[in-house]
Amino acid sequence: MEALFHVATFYVFAAFALAGAAISAFSRRLVYCVFALLLTFLGVAGLYVLLSADFLAAVQVLLYAGGILVLLIFGVMLTHEIADVSTEANFTDIKFGAVISGILWLLLVVYICKVPWAVLDPLPPYAPTTRAIGLQFLGDYLVPFEYSSFVLLLVVLGAATLARKEVD
Amino acid sequence: MLFDYLSVVVLLVLGLANIFGMMVLPKLLRPHNPTAQKLVAYECGENPIGTSWLQYNVRFFVVALVFIIFDMEIVFMFPWAVVFKEVYATSGPLPLIEMAFFIAVLAVGLIYLWVEGLLDWIRTIR
Amino acid sequence: MPAPLEYLAVSCILFGIGIAGVLTRRNLLVILMSIELMLNSANLAFLTFSRLHGQLHGQVIAIFVMTVAAAEAAIGLAIVVALFRQTGSVRIDEATRLRG
Repeated sequence: MEALFHVATFYVFAAFALAGAAISAFSRRLVYCVFALLLTFLGVAGLYVLLSADFLAAVQVLLYAGGILVLLIFGVMLTHEIADVSTEANFTDIKFGAVISGILWLLLVVYICKVPWAVLDPLPPYAPTTRAIGLQFLGDYLVPFEYSSFVLLLVVLGAATLARKEVD
Repeated sequence: MLFDYLSVVVLLVLGLANIFGMMVLPKLLRPHNPTAQKLVAYECGENPIGTSWLQYNVRFFVVALVFIIFDMEIVFMFPWAVVFKEVYATSGPLPLIEMAFFIAVLAVGLIYLWVEGLLDWIRTIR
Repeated sequence: MPAPLEYLAVSCILFGIGIAGVLTRRNLLVILMSIELMLNSANLAFLTFSRLHGQLHGQVIAIFVMTVAAAEAAIGLAIVVALFRQTGSVRIDEATRLRG
């Protein structure tokens, strides 16, 4: 029963994620692009739960669906009169881009198929991860942890500098 | 273990069913008899001019930007808060100092925004 | 349960959609969204490997990738808004002037 539940939820979330990604990358209407991204983020969050990453799933919803998506929607609202929306979201030189991306994608597929992935058998059981991640932050990953605060500081300074001209 | 998340799935399905039920059910029940008067946006008010899509004020963007930064800060603080007690018991106040440093660095950004007046909703001319 | 390779397949397709979006669209906002898709697929791959090996390092790295994604979205959109104010357009083929 649990196995069936697992497989069914996997395919549902994978379909959500891929359908949302396809719409947001290829739709001609910019508003559809942004809102389809919500579908992708929620589908990927579901896949994170299935991969025993409960904290990451919560962060995915909190940060991507709650933060980055809102910022992108603001970006759309700030830069477009809606009259332009249907025409503004069109494609550039599509043949060239499609060929290049197809080649890159094929390389990826070939290498994924070539590498003999080591799989634990049986896979470890599901367990809450927040505590273990916290221990990693205070242990092995202490320097990246402190360093990321500098990254965020620079983001505040840089984006404020860029946005200030617009405000004044 | 995975069944613990069943409640989330049930909530999701119920929420979606609620939305689409609310949209489909009235369509089946209500009489359909539109007239030109009924189809205007405000039946006894002004006729709207232009579209309902406006350009947002750029101030919203700065607020959203600050929100996303502090969202990320919470993501880092939450696992730290979960393990703080046990790490404090074994290794003393070191985790406190580390998090204080983390927050102090981000506070510099907040102070910068504050001093530059980017957080003010009504701007003073400088 | 689905084999871990199926998660990798989803991640791979997501990355392919992201690449195609970056290379074929001319709207800067859609390009930013496609980059977010690619970062998401990378995170999915990290978590798959983390599950495969029964370790947490993949999950911690995924949090740092999310930090980078948030930074990229914030700075990228600030640049997009600034570009729109300068040129009145967010189409990359019209952003040909390098000086402000």
